[in-house]
Amino acid sequence: MQVKEYKPLIVAFCCNWCSYAGADLAGNNRLSYPADVKIIRVPCSCRVNPMFILRAFQRGADGVIICGCHPGDCHYTSGNYYTRRRMAALFSMLDFLGIEKERTRVEWVSAAEGAKFAATMNEFAETVASLGENKRLEDLRCKR
Amino acid sequence: MQRVGVFVCWCGSNIAGTVDVHAVAEALKSEPGVVFSTDYQYMCSQAGQDIIKQAIAEHNLTGIVVCSCSPRMHEATFRKTAQAAGLNPYMVEIANIREQCSWVHKDMLTGTEKAIILGKAAVAKVNLNTPLTPGESPVTKRALVIGGGIAGIQTALDIADAGFPVDIVEKQPTIGGKMAQLDKTFPTLDCAACILTPKMVDVAQNEKIRIFSYSEVEEVGGFVGNFDVKIKKKARFVKEDICTGCGACVEKCPMKKNPNEFNLGMDNRPAIYIPFAQAVPKVATIDPNACNMLKNGKCGLCARVCAAGAIDYTQKDEIIEEKYGAIVVATGFNPISMEKFDEFAYNQSKDVITSLEFERLTNAAGPSAGKLIRPSDGKHPHTIVFVQCVGSRCDACAEKGKEYCSKICCMYTAKHAMLTRDKYPDTDVYVFYIDVRTPGKNFDEFYRRAVEEFGVKYVKGMVGKVTPEGDKLKVQASDLLSNKQLHIDADLVVLAAAIEPDKSARPLATMLTASMDTNDFFTEAHPKLRPVESPTAGVFLSGACQGPKDIPETVSQAGAAASKVIGLLAKDKLTGNPCIASSNELMCNGCSSCERVCPYGAITYVDKEFRMPDRTTKIRRVASVNPAVCQGCGACTVACPSGAMDLKGFANSQIIAEVDAICK
Amino acid sequence: MQKITQNQLVEKAVSLLTDGTVSAVLGWKKGEFDYDITPAVFKTADEIKENFVWNDFCGANFSKYLVAQAGKHEGKILVFLKPCDTYSFNQLLTEHRFDREKVYAVGIPCEGMADIAKVKELVGDGIVSIEADGDSLKVSTLYEDAPALVNAKDVMAERCVNCKSKKHVAYDELMGEDGIVLESNRFDEVARLEAMTPDERFAFWQNELSRCIRCNACRDACPACTCEKCVFDNPASSVENKAPANSFEEKMFHIIRAFHVAGRCTDCGECSRVCPQNIPLHLLNRKFIKDINEFYGEYQAGAEVGLRAPLVDYTTEDLEPGEVFDRGDKDA
Repeated sequence: MQVKEYKPLIVAFCCNWCSYAGADLAGNNRLSYPADVKIIRVPCSCRVNPMFILRAFQRGADGVIICGCHPGDCHYTSGNYYTRRRMAALFSMLDFLGIEKERTRVEWVSAAEGAKFAATMNEFAETVASLGENKRLEDLRCKR
Repeated sequence: MQRVGVFVCWCGSNIAGTVDVHAVAEALKSEPGVVFSTDYQYMCSQAGQDIIKQAIAEHNLTGIVVCSCSPRMHEATFRKTAQAAGLNPYMVEIANIREQCSWVHKDMLTGTEKAIILGKAAVAKVNLNTPLTPGESPVTKRALVIGGGIAGIQTALDIADAGFPVDIVEKQPTIGGKMAQLDKTFPTLDCAACILTPKMVDVAQNEKIRIFSYSEVEEVGGFVGNFDVKIKKKARFVKEDICTGCGACVEKCPMKKNPNEFNLGMDNRPAIYIPFAQAVPKVATIDPNACNMLKNGKCGLCARVCAAGAIDYTQKDEIIEEKYGAIVVATGFNPISMEKFDEFAYNQSKDVITSLEFERLTNAAGPSAGKLIRPSDGKHPHTIVFVQCVGSRCDACAEKGKEYCSKICCMYTAKHAMLTRDKYPDTDVYVFYIDVRTPGKNFDEFYRRAVEEFGVKYVKGMVGKVTPEGDKLKVQASDLLSNKQLHIDADLVVLAAAIEPDKSARPLATMLTASMDTNDFFTEAHPKLRPVESPTAGVFLSGACQGPKDIPETVSQAGAAASKVIGLLAKDKLTGNPCIASSNELMCNGCSSCERVCPYGAITYVDKEFRMPDRTTKIRRVASVNPAVCQGCGACTVACPSGAMDLKGFANSQIIAEVDAICK
Repeated sequence: MQKITQNQLVEKAVSLLTDGTVSAVLGWKKGEFDYDITPAVFKTADEIKENFVWNDFCGANFSKYLVAQAGKHEGKILVFLKPCDTYSFNQLLTEHRFDREKVYAVGIPCEGMADIAKVKELVGDGIVSIEADGDSLKVSTLYEDAPALVNAKDVMAERCVNCKSKKHVAYDELMGEDGIVLESNRFDEVARLEAMTPDERFAFWQNELSRCIRCNACRDACPACTCEKCVFDNPASSVENKAPANSFEEKMFHIIRAFHVAGRCTDCGECSRVCPQNIPLHLLNRKFIKDINEFYGEYQAGAEVGLRAPLVDYTTEDLEPGEVFDRGDKDA
């Protein structure tokens, strides 16, 4: 039996107006980040429900990152303020349960910050890789 | 079950160079729901689009996935393609395998693997797509302008010029706002009244404009294109359509000692008054707190002398209900209160005044008939000290003033200083400043003339204290450039008070679900690209209510706001964004969590009857989303604990399907 | 140990029922044993006189039942509210879950409820009866001839030991004296866990949550969990599940439930009281409350009607999610 080499799976939720555009800009500028990062487009970072994050971990993600507009710049004026509160509460709870805090992150990336997007993804993927596979929020039924 | 077609684009070598597009098309062929899968060099080209249209027809496709460049590039293109082929444009999903795959990954193996995964996610999503139709709502072709200063006046004139009826609601008895109180305006030094009053008359005579003066907005309901507004016309106790503005009542009124608001309390007016000679409408108003007849039932002189019989002591407030398609907020500004600035002795000495009070003193129609005199003894001031930035650019922790720069003060102080020196060359004029900010067209030249031609003494430093002593004002200040403390015996001290938005606008902001920032300025939809629109659809901003600005900028912005209104009212129907939230009423608790997070006020509640399992009926409060107002952010969907609220186009099940496909 | 007696409450209920102020009464009824008191709706004076009990085991919080009961009966329904219950009452009103006009709330003072697990620890199994005796509980068991006398304070439920308020924040009528909001140590246990390493915490929660049998009692007893249709019962939500199939599912339910009630939980303690596996669920909810207090300012859900819950509110200066970890706990 061939043991697959561990590659972290990162799910990134990006808001359509800023961070998804920032990701596109990273591509336009031919910057590199690991293919382990897969992006899901949402209208606003406030669309991200904690259930999605837990689902991602359950199905095999090793790290989840939510990207949105800088606070104050939300296309929908206040969406990312709610993201900020919800994710602060959720991350603190996950930490309380002993889940590694480095597996989750919120990053504010504007449409002009292609370089920041790439740098963030590189750094996040590296951190998650060093943590190893997600075991604390894994569901053995969903093992890849 | 859907019949999904997958179209993988090479984008020349942009994608095909790093991603094996054949492999992607092959791999996706076996995904659930996929009945057709192909690849082509340029999907967005005419030929590529024809392939899609043909496939839709041939294979009876119900949904399509295009693996290509970013949806921000061509989602609209492929939606049109689908629509042209008879497919609902929202049964289209794009997998971004260029900007977010082929352009960022160099290795073909990993790039292809990722492209397949992204394709699978898009297929999983489109399998759950439902056809969406943008909603339509009608537009009431009438605009409301709240505020009758220069901003409101200009906006109304521009809208009326385009052929649309517009109503101005002004809470003072006359339109004109702050500009009517000014003497001369920078940088041209023309007389404010001379340039404003013709516009005021234009407004009065324009058939399409109605003025509701001495009125306030009571209630606003509805949404863009369909606002229902209640306007309260306060009782003036004078019949507006009969009063000729002759002024006989004003002359005869015995209750003469009431602070004159127009002259900022520097002189008095009678209980019945016309704010100023060029008031529009030129109609008298009775102040119910000062009128003997209204308070005690004694007097009635004005009714007796009124030849037209316009006085009506029984007049009541009137509520007018009207429908509007667009609302423009032009509520303007006020100088801040000087009550916390005792270091300048504003409350201790009559000769310490604000710049607006100075304007009134120099205005020929003001309390001193244009003679620059000390309010205390009427003597001419030989030494005047102007203090800049009083209450502006304040430290965040100092609660007395504002953090921002009020923008107009450097220019108007230069104007005051220059005019004083011009009219009274024997008067010494000092201006104490932190910086001089005069960036506009001809502004810097204006200020330099004050210094170079008119000998105004500009000193870089702040005034520390003003102490009234005898008939002088002892001014203690610093000169930072020569590092000295200065002591000046002034006759008059003028404070450039910060300006703040009109406080009565706050309840208005709540009524309009328009947001205000921490300084109570109305927030624009985007600080650079959408300066005259508020985040609430259909509500626009004009003038100083959005941020400190001078007259040239105000007039510009007024025109901009008017153009937005005209663009809105010119439509017969408004098409909404179909990717909106909707609540499943069977699951909704009516708890109001969603309403609180909606930035647009799109959610209201209705009582609905439900049949219970035990055959009784129960009435429950459930959420209802207004499709015309919802912008589809999804904040409500997460606030909703039961999951009753979901977002079309980005439904919970769809996003979870994407997560599942990616993590498989 | 209670200052107010069963007779007083029965009298009050009967009088309000017979004079027509109310047409139904929400009260406590004895179960199989003296200590498993259940909530019940009484419609007649006789029912009340016969079955209504008030003793040290009346922990049940009735606010939740008003969602279904208020408006179900012809007239008003009487509800007895201990101080902690009144917060849930206000919170549910803030969320428009029942008609205030259909409820007659009587505030009653509470000296603290007993925890039967603690009694069993001291006295052993086979408890036949428990009677209040001044400041003590007289506990008779099958295995001892003489009843044991247990100091009521020694067996008080944790939530009552750390009582946060003896003040009634909602009532139509108050029996006895009103109290004040108290300084409690209710976050001490949370802080103790926070000070552990992540590995220690994971081990702790693994141990606790693995006992969860998904009976849903916590959800069913919680006044904040009153959704018409719970996400976990809704096939369309994609998280519908019923069995604690593995360690992920055990955590998922509790994380999501705690998140859904965050900012709305009044810390009434019902969740832990009803858990048959004695899982300290209140720690999860208190963690959210402690976080909210620290991040966004002191907030007590239900202190007044109409308060805006912190998770549906914001300021432009809120802390960043990354900052929540800078709390000085030891790294793994």
